[in-house]
Amino acid sequence: MDTYESKTPVGETITKSTNVLQKVPTGIKGFDEITVGGLPRGRTTLVCGSAGAGKTLFALEFLVRGATEHGEPGVFIAFEETAVELTQSVASLGFDLDGLVASKKLAIDYVHVERSEILETGDYDLNGLFVRLEYAIASVGAKRVVIDSLETLFSALGNEGILRSEFRRLFRWLKDRGVTAIITGERGDGTLTRHGIEEYVSDCVILLEQRVHERFATRYLRVVKYRGTMHGTNEYPFLIHAGGISVVPVTSLGLTHIASDERMSTGVPRLDAMLGGKGIFRGSSVLISGTPGTGKSSLAAHAVQSACRRGERCLYFAFEESQGQFVRNMRSIGVDLKPWLDQGRLQFHASRPTLFGLEMHLANIHRLVEAFDPSVVVIDPVTNFEMVATNAEVRAMLMRLVDFLKSRGITAVFTSLTAGSGALEETDVGISSLMDTWLLVQFLEGSGERNRGLYVLKSRGMSHSNQVREFHLGSHGIDLLDVYVGPAGVLTGSARQTQEAKERADAIARQQEMDRKQRDLARKRAQIEAQILALRAEFEAEEQEVMAILEQDKRRELVLGRDREQMARLRQADPNKQQNGGGAG
Amino acid sequence: MTSPVDVHHDVNPEIWELRLYVAGQTRKSLLALGNLKRLCEEHLAGKYRIEIIDLLQHPQLAEGDQILAIPTLVRRLPEPIRKIIGDLSNAERVLVGLDIRPR
Repeated sequence: MDTYESKTPVGETITKSTNVLQKVPTGIKGFDEITVGGLPRGRTTLVCGSAGAGKTLFALEFLVRGATEHGEPGVFIAFEETAVELTQSVASLGFDLDGLVASKKLAIDYVHVERSEILETGDYDLNGLFVRLEYAIASVGAKRVVIDSLETLFSALGNEGILRSEFRRLFRWLKDRGVTAIITGERGDGTLTRHGIEEYVSDCVILLEQRVHERFATRYLRVVKYRGTMHGTNEYPFLIHAGGISVVPVTSLGLTHIASDERMSTGVPRLDAMLGGKGIFRGSSVLISGTPGTGKSSLAAHAVQSACRRGERCLYFAFEESQGQFVRNMRSIGVDLKPWLDQGRLQFHASRPTLFGLEMHLANIHRLVEAFDPSVVVIDPVTNFEMVATNAEVRAMLMRLVDFLKSRGITAVFTSLTAGSGALEETDVGISSLMDTWLLVQFLEGSGERNRGLYVLKSRGMSHSNQVREFHLGSHGIDLLDVYVGPAGVLTGSARQTQEAKERADAIARQQEMDRKQRDLARKRAQIEAQILALRAEFEAEEQEVMAILEQDKRRELVLGRDREQMARLRQADPNKQQNGGGAG
Repeated sequence: MTSPVDVHHDVNPEIWELRLYVAGQTRKSLLALGNLKRLCEEHLAGKYRIEIIDLLQHPQLAEGDQILAIPTLVRRLPEPIRKIIGDLSNAERVLVGLDIRPR
């Protein structure tokens, strides 16, 4: 219990109080979360399910984890498989039963009962089984016991009355020993177990099931009953993989992740500008949806490239293209991913969705994300999962995936292929509520052309552009252009170009007109200035002439005056009369 | 000793090795032992050996003969091994089970 307390605060509160049911962590991934701690300590749990549902494995992992991780040795009473068969069948899961048996952490007792070899006469009890259990428990100091599967006895022994009373005694006996036990039972027709042994197990009943959808089998686990404690009541998908069982809780992670204020670039500057100028939030989920060929993967590749440039690690899950094809195609639009692949910053995982079931995909993603610890994960496209599961299942899976990635602060980019017809917003509405940012790439049809338009449909926590941008894929990557919004609606492509050309021509004409007016003005100014110069020259010429005449007159006056004086002197005239006489004469 | 006429002749009747598994001195165990002794005396006098194993004292022996129910009578010899569980109160069934009397 120590290891558990330190890990989960919920478990701590449960173990602190002695009145409350104590729990034993199974060590099975995810299971302890949905049962808020594990199986009831010192009680017996019934694990039932049809053949091949994973009962034996569940029980065995409970023992192996107990022995290896929680210091609780275990006993496995096998009615169906010998110790050798068991060891072989779980060796592929990394469970070393032989080693555990050798180190006295596990005891396996194979109980073989064959009806044809046994004849019944008179009264008997199952003390032989009790003795063997007791002996096995004592030999390893077991705290955990598994009996797989008790119901075999019903077919081996005929006296049901004795069996039932002995089972009741067995469960009481197990409880008295204080061991935490798992009893497995085969699913019956309309009942949890074929022989109704669930009625003896009152504390905890777990149902395992395997269902096939579209040829893909998925295993489900459900806690049918768990007395005295809260537990998840849903059906949880689970997987049997190389590391044992993984139960994938649909909502166990909850909405408790820390939201980052940090922003990161989408790799397309104009798009960052549309998203409040700073791009998307780190650790948020981004959905890029659009019809085929609209450039969803290209947008995702830009984000990846931008992250790799910043020195971050990216994990790309492709369900449509191989790595080689993707790298080649992205190079054609100027996004070279090869260096990042070579440097190990980018990991590419391409597989067909039909390779295995949805749960396996999810587990795969979990495993790879945990191993690589990226900052950006791309799932391209999520819609392909619909091939292997129903929409509801895909949605549930995505919810878990988004929660998982968010809890690790990983930015998730999902692309979603929408059908060519119909409202794009509607087809994605199922998963869009899980997403923080939703970009839509759509073909805008008009003037005999299809051009890509990009919208930001939503982006939580930021003011974002409400404008359509024309989305242009060139050899240098993505360009976002303003679309022309005219009286006839949104113009894109060559219609936009025509409009732009027209505007450019108009502008040139206006410029030319202005130039011309300025030239006219300058000419006029030059003309006027020339006139002014001419007038001034004329005036100056006149002035000079007048001045010259005046000078002549003055000189003539002077000469006249001198002549008169001379004459007067000659006449010796009265100087007073001289003037008048001069005037008259 | 007298040889019973009704012994199944295919079986080598030289010696009958019988083991009775019990767990403590319970009423059922004592009853089974009493029934077994009586049957053997009646049908296998002088040709049988009964070994009583108390699993409370030797729990490790339960695995060898795959004992589950108590009491269990195991016919070790003649082969093949046969098991009869219960207090052996139905003599007819025990005789059939042990192949003393043909089925």
